[in-house]
Amino acid sequence: MAVFVNGVIFDGIDTSAQDCWKLEAYVARGGYQALRRIIESKMAQEDVIAEVKNSGLRGRGGAGFPTGLKWSFMPRSFPGDKYVVCNTDEGEPGTFKDRDILRFNPHALIEGMIIAGYAMGTKAGYNYIHGEIFEEYELFEAALDEARQAGFLGNNILGSDFSFDLFAHHGYGAYICGEETALLESLEGKKGQPRFKPPFPASFGLYGKPTTINNTESFASVPFIIRDGAAKFLEAGKPNNGGTKLFSVSGHVNRPGNYEIPLGTPFSVLLEMAGGMRDGKKLKAVIPGGSSAPILPGDVMMQCTMDYDSIAKAGSMLGSGAVIVMNEDVCMVKALERLAYFYHEESCGQCTPCREGTGWLYKVIHRIAQGEGRPGDLELLDSVGNNMAGRTICALADAAVFPVRSFTKHFRNEFEYLIEHKKPLVDHKWC
Amino acid sequence: MLSAQSLAAIDREVAKYPADQKRSAVMGALRIALVERREAGKTPEERCLNTEVIEFVANYLQIPPVAAYEVATFYNMYDMKPVGQYKITVCTNLPCALSGGVNAAEYISKKLGIAIGETSADGKYTLLEGECMGACGDAPVLLVNNHKMCSFMTPEAIDKKLAELN
Repeated sequence: MAVFVNGVIFDGIDTSAQDCWKLEAYVARGGYQALRRIIESKMAQEDVIAEVKNSGLRGRGGAGFPTGLKWSFMPRSFPGDKYVVCNTDEGEPGTFKDRDILRFNPHALIEGMIIAGYAMGTKAGYNYIHGEIFEEYELFEAALDEARQAGFLGNNILGSDFSFDLFAHHGYGAYICGEETALLESLEGKKGQPRFKPPFPASFGLYGKPTTINNTESFASVPFIIRDGAAKFLEAGKPNNGGTKLFSVSGHVNRPGNYEIPLGTPFSVLLEMAGGMRDGKKLKAVIPGGSSAPILPGDVMMQCTMDYDSIAKAGSMLGSGAVIVMNEDVCMVKALERLAYFYHEESCGQCTPCREGTGWLYKVIHRIAQGEGRPGDLELLDSVGNNMAGRTICALADAAVFPVRSFTKHFRNEFEYLIEHKKPLVDHKWC
Repeated sequence: MLSAQSLAAIDREVAKYPADQKRSAVMGALRIALVERREAGKTPEERCLNTEVIEFVANYLQIPPVAAYEVATFYNMYDMKPVGQYKITVCTNLPCALSGGVNAAEYISKKLGIAIGETSADGKYTLLEGECMGACGDAPVLLVNNHKMCSFMTPEAIDKKLAELN
């Protein structure tokens, strides 16, 4: 299920057509024109980067960092090997947009990465693909073969002196590899445990060489920006929030799926596009940016527009654009228990506060959910969280703590009631 | 220890990386080794990775065996424990649970007569609970043998899938 309004990435795609992912179909949609123009006009690297900067494109993986600015950090004149890496290790609960990009429009990603390679003076790139989507990995490899045969990848691309090749690397089940330095470790054939930063990947990345890592959706937006211009991309969104964005809507809606809409679209409109609430139930809460983003009560969400600034102002984050919708039948203690289990399961174990803390968070929330909570447990959760957040190498600990803090803030009465009465306030039903 | 076909597939993985970075191919190589063992294995014990095959892969890539072993044990899709002919992993994470993920896991468990984490007595099925597969919009989703994703797994769809596997 995928719906697109003024789509940048999914512009003109009939996702029901079996061959929509193929090179021929992509070219018919205007694909590879951007690359062709860059190469034929011998566009300067800094001009490509300036165009991406001017588009207002912000990293679509979750952090929202300006993509053009990130590209400008690469030491373009560094004489040795340099890499561009794409993060398709999409495992943040609620997020499923990159899978659709690989399934329906892999060449947009490939072209975006080639342009990135050109702009940053790199000769090779890797796309790290989430372990659980093996069929999409195989399809992406087939798309790479097509691009190679057509002369878009390899030596002397389109007869120029620019050479670039791209490969797919398949993960095998570790959420942590979505963290960029863990991803690099994994690409090097090691356990996916995050590195200390600094040094940042732009100076010490894959195999210790300068490396730029972007999200799938960010790279896939680049061909449009070059072909149709930064201004047009910027206009598609709102100031400081350029472009359209893929929102993965899941949970209690009638039509879960991906919706590519202009940044700044009201949440109420997105909810309507997704068919509204399933079974006409009342909206209780929304996690607007993937499981790590703080949860917001439904009435707060209904006042928000879907862009980085509005969601941040409401106290959460747009993150990866994963919108998890919950109705009035969900017990918030049960919902948080499931997320806490996830972070405990996925902590890589490198840092003590996270390895131990995620386990404690889960144990305490689990016992509350079982009706075995103790007075002081909410304070205990706070204390454990405070000793985790900001005290570890990567942000997984913070990601585990954000939901705990926001659930116990906005739905405190449900936690208190369960601790006091040993039974839930809400007669919980998952669906 | 591995077939010529598997070794050729591993060579293709090796070719993706710089010549002095063969270690990068270890994830792909272990996956290829696991697929061969799953397809050739007659019992749950023969279908998973073991230290011999991990060591073989390590030697093939000229890396220390422990380097391959730590990869095989870090990533959760490598089967290090005996596994049924069909490993069924159901996502029960929050977004999937809201669209029937937990119900799907319970339904399969009841139908196969095995609890989550167990393998059926005939060695045919293993049922596991999984974390996010990045397909929440298709919930309930499950993976068969790591590589085949099945979407919208209502009880009817599960019945059909299990009949197909049978």
